[in-house]
Amino acid sequence: MARENWRWFHMLGSPPHVFRIAGRLAPWFGGLGLAALAVATVWGLVFAPPDYEQGDGFRIIYVHVPSAWLSLFVYTMMAVACAVGLIWRMKVAFAVAVAAAPLGAAFTFLSLATGSLWGQPMWGTWWTWDPRLTSQLILLFLYLGFIALNRAFQDQRSGDRASALLAVVGVVNVPIIHFSVDWWHSLHQPATIAKFGAPSIDTAMLIPLLIMAVGFKLYFVWLLLLQLRSELLLREKRASWVADLVSEQPGR
Amino acid sequence: MRGVFMTTLKRELLLAVRRGSDLATPLMFFILVGMLFVLGLEPRPSLLVAVGPGVIWVAALLASLLGAERLFRDDFHGGGLELAALSPEPLSLNILARLLGHWLVTAVPLILLAPVLSLMMNLPMQALPVLLLVLLLGTPVFTVLSALGAALTVSLRGGGTLLALLVLPLTIPVLIFGSRSVVQAVEGDAVTGVWALASIMMLAISLGPMAIAAAIRISLE
Amino acid sequence: MIAEFFHMDGFAVWVWSAFGLTALVMSVAAVLVRRRHQAMLRQAHRYHSERGRR
Repeated sequence: MARENWRWFHMLGSPPHVFRIAGRLAPWFGGLGLAALAVATVWGLVFAPPDYEQGDGFRIIYVHVPSAWLSLFVYTMMAVACAVGLIWRMKVAFAVAVAAAPLGAAFTFLSLATGSLWGQPMWGTWWTWDPRLTSQLILLFLYLGFIALNRAFQDQRSGDRASALLAVVGVVNVPIIHFSVDWWHSLHQPATIAKFGAPSIDTAMLIPLLIMAVGFKLYFVWLLLLQLRSELLLREKRASWVADLVSEQPGR
Repeated sequence: MRGVFMTTLKRELLLAVRRGSDLATPLMFFILVGMLFVLGLEPRPSLLVAVGPGVIWVAALLASLLGAERLFRDDFHGGGLELAALSPEPLSLNILARLLGHWLVTAVPLILLAPVLSLMMNLPMQALPVLLLVLLLGTPVFTVLSALGAALTVSLRGGGTLLALLVLPLTIPVLIFGSRSVVQAVEGDAVTGVWALASIMMLAISLGPMAIAAAIRISLE
Repeated sequence: MIAEFFHMDGFAVWVWSAFGLTALVMSVAAVLVRRRHQAMLRQAHRYHSERGRR
């Protein structure tokens, strides 16, 4: 039957297997990620032409937008992992989600902070209720809620499943929230182009942005793989594979 | 199947009526929150009209949250929920009945009291029908979301604040569409937010009970 | 020319703060992830040595 084809999927349910693979893949993601970040940073800061409206100030877009994109990407990924965990009862999937959450929250925070730093010189205010920033703020609360719920349970398994359910409900809500916030904002300023949108983004400006976005994602995956290993060690502390692992290490 | 639904519904209503405070507290809270906003701001009529819709919605939301905890707590500790989960009848049906009971007890009095708050906020008469309609559409969603939060946190000690943290972000779309629709009505514009609100409500009512049932089972572990 | 680059058209403070903050957050994240990994290894080690090695 097609049993062989699904073997890789079932092996992903095995903590020691995932631990090993994550350890092997991580350096690749780290290396490629840092390379992409470096290339994009130089390109964006030096070679991209200045915006005719915002001058060199627009360059903040190279850190603000990738953080925002990443924060959404991570939440979606978390929700998928949670769904996998709930449907196929894979505890490794829950470990992935729990590992990703603080990282996603950090990037959400970063998008808010860089958004503020962009807003102040451009529009004279540290905070604008711009649809993107507002949605990011709401997303931050979704992340924090997930983390809080997960940690509130005595039993890790129940905590995982409860926060997983919350994440799945949350991810369904995210498009609805975006839609409602956009609508809310558009009623207020019908004629203005979205401030943080890039209405006339030039290809010369776009390419470093895309490279930066890829770099952010690769960097995140690097951190996720390492954090996942820590999660697995914590959860599987008592397992014999962990015992074997630490016996190979020199005494710490 | 209808038997389970009606029995549970009747039980919920009976319990609420017996504990009269369950009926009165959210109502008083609703009015109180409205008052607090007014006292915190200037009682300038033009200001009140401007913030009125938002205030009424926030007050309704907070009042709904307030009643959420008791939705499952007693039955959780008393064993009633476990029985419901183990019974051959679908748990989501039981939950739907509880949700309806909760909505009838918490939200309907609130909707009936909305004209009072509308008066406090100096909203024009023409906005009242829209206000009632959007509250009618939006409060069930609050009930569903609060119940989901309650189901997820029922087994935790001190779950109340966590419940609020979990539920409030999810209610934002309803808040936005509901409140803005009233603003549109106040200003005499076309009320466009109602359609989105109706869609959200139908989504919540159809998927909500299943999600809540899943949450109850998780908490019962 | 280099001075002009750093000046960023007058937006120096903002642009460099934004990039600096990003670099900071990303490095701190990496440090914290690594520290957690070491802490977890230590915990596991302690647990298994207390139980006695087979």
